[in-house]
Amino acid sequence: MGNRCAVIGVGQTQYRAKRTDVSLAGLVREAALRALDDAGLTFADIDSVVLGKAPDMFEGVATPELYLADALGAAGKPMMRVHTAGSVGGSTALVGASQVQAGVHDRVLVVAFEKQSESNATWALSTHSPFSASLVVGAGGYFAPYIRAYIRRSGAPGNIGMMVAVKDRLNALRNPYAHLKIPDIDLAMVEKSMMLWDPIRYLETCPSSDGAVAMVLGSERAAAAATAVTGRRPAWVHGAAMRSEPMGMAGRDSVDPRAGRDCAADVYRQAGVTEPRRQFAAAETYVPFSWYEPMWLENLGFADKGAGWKLTESGATAFDGDIPWNPSGGVLSSNPIGASGMIRFAEAAQQVRGQAGEHQVAAAADGAGLALGHAYGGGSQFFAMWAVGAAKP
Amino acid sequence: MTGFHGRRGVAVVAFAQSEHSFSDLGWTEADLVMPLVNEVLATTGLRRSEIGFTCSGSNDYLVGTPFSFVAALDTIGAWPPISESHVEQDAAWALYEAWVRIQHGDVDTALVYGFGKGTVGDYAGISSLSYDPYYIAPLMPGDIGMAGLQARALKDAGFDVDPDPTPPPATDGAAAVILAAADVARGVCPRPAWITGLDHRIEPHSVGARDLTRSASTRQAALRAGVSAGPVDFAELHTRFEHEEPLLRRELGLEEDTVVNASGGPRKADPIMATGLIRIGEAAARIHDGSARRTVAHATAGPCLQHNLVCVLEAGEEAGEAGED
Repeated sequence: MGNRCAVIGVGQTQYRAKRTDVSLAGLVREAALRALDDAGLTFADIDSVVLGKAPDMFEGVATPELYLADALGAAGKPMMRVHTAGSVGGSTALVGASQVQAGVHDRVLVVAFEKQSESNATWALSTHSPFSASLVVGAGGYFAPYIRAYIRRSGAPGNIGMMVAVKDRLNALRNPYAHLKIPDIDLAMVEKSMMLWDPIRYLETCPSSDGAVAMVLGSERAAAAATAVTGRRPAWVHGAAMRSEPMGMAGRDSVDPRAGRDCAADVYRQAGVTEPRRQFAAAETYVPFSWYEPMWLENLGFADKGAGWKLTESGATAFDGDIPWNPSGGVLSSNPIGASGMIRFAEAAQQVRGQAGEHQVAAAADGAGLALGHAYGGGSQFFAMWAVGAAKP
Repeated sequence: MTGFHGRRGVAVVAFAQSEHSFSDLGWTEADLVMPLVNEVLATTGLRRSEIGFTCSGSNDYLVGTPFSFVAALDTIGAWPPISESHVEQDAAWALYEAWVRIQHGDVDTALVYGFGKGTVGDYAGISSLSYDPYYIAPLMPGDIGMAGLQARALKDAGFDVDPDPTPPPATDGAAAVILAAADVARGVCPRPAWITGLDHRIEPHSVGARDLTRSASTRQAALRAGVSAGPVDFAELHTRFEHEEPLLRRELGLEEDTVVNASGGPRKADPIMATGLIRIGEAAARIHDGSARRTVAHATAGPCLQHNLVCVLEAGEEAGEAGED
């Protein structure tokens, strides 16, 4: 794992359907400046910039790091551009953390964004390669069969997905940055909403959002200096890992992917986690469609195989449950795709820093607990995760 | 060797590239990559399971499909699942990411690959989409038009260059490299090409904000990579346009007797997103085959050399030791 790495600043933009008030540069700069401010730093203090986003077709700007270098204060510095499909926000944080863990840089600015209003995500996500047939189904159509397989395997009642949808939207009411705010949401409203990709209803799917998130990652020395200036404690990285597996391999379990299990096992080994449900005080996981909560509860070892839905049903993952999942409202409430993974990582950090505001989970702020940040992408094949805590590892 | 004291010694231990093609032979990205991965594994004798980290570089816009790297992953044998990442940059930057990852100390080997099918797209159009989308991209200047601005600036500044640049032919191709940390490198390669300097820097995007008769980021990266710390036998430069060579020679501080692009360089094969990695591979290959003791590789991205990476490679035990803890 190398040298210690800490999150010393976090910045998020408002997430909305259309941020017509800002350019792409304005959007990423808004998040970056907030992260720098949180860390008590300016662009001049940053050694390296890492930018992440999902396919460039979402905005129609190819390799946008070239154009965004100016807005992110990267001139004269190394700049990387990460793209690992939906997991990219998480991967971008890990690529930045890696530079600190390697001892190459002291302060790294990591930024992830998507401005989905610039294009049509379902079009951009539907592979139209000259070499292979296109499904033209977008993400919902792709994942619905996996969800149906999960329901069949686990025998979960049909309302579990709706329970997740209500829970995450209620959590979003506590998050000032969240895109979807539906104060009167309940099971009946979700059930009445249009069926998009059976069994995924309109209110069980994520929105298309514009937004950006940034973090300043620092070495031990940088973390001490930031805390001395701001009085805010850092979130230390206790474990970090990426895993990928092939999309087209016959026999792989795309409902409960091995790459997800292996990635979690690697993070837990580094962080000394043997009982995730007890040892994590909060988890921010990538749940773009409601049913992915019970699926990931099992994949990440918070529940036994086939029993994830029981945690959701019992209220364990609710804001006042024993293991709150997505207290920020999650991807179901805000989804600038390329940023969504990093938002999970950043929200996990804010929980253990005690900086999550109205959606602060009390147990996460006590200085001892860990929080999990998780992202996935592609055909449930790319995973990025980290475990963060207030205590130095 | 600024910045390299205390770094873990890492070497390029294998390099392979495709037989690049100026026409679409119907090969997918996966078809291009797989034989090369097999080749570098065979060269080193490493098994897939012994690769600690994998990183690739590619550009979705070249074939006009999102996630072109996903199909490539299907071919490299990512099972059981692997620790893997991807940059939407030239794979030279994937090599940089892998080099950083090896510095953690828990991973000793990395597979790096890059691929590009330039023949199926219109690169003047695609490259226009990578410029500022509000003011420059709508003008559709393309890579050649932007290069023309720099060529003219250099000509006017007294450089003996053609102010009317021609691009290399559109190319399909790929490349793969294996990096290994000191102990492993010595075991799998008779003459490891030790990375004794590696740095990259970006400049403002707007060409109006830059002096096009200089390449400040190349100079900065070369200084940090320690290019001038010794003689350079061969240099492989990412010169898609002829006028870039004299400028880069000057900014890298290369002597007259340094041979540039002995491989033919990007003018003879330019599989975009692999072209920069090939520079590192070719520079390493001169050390592997014993024809050089010290070489330099350069990769670039963006209009008029906006983003530049410099890698110094050296032969010999001393080079490997110099980088060790």
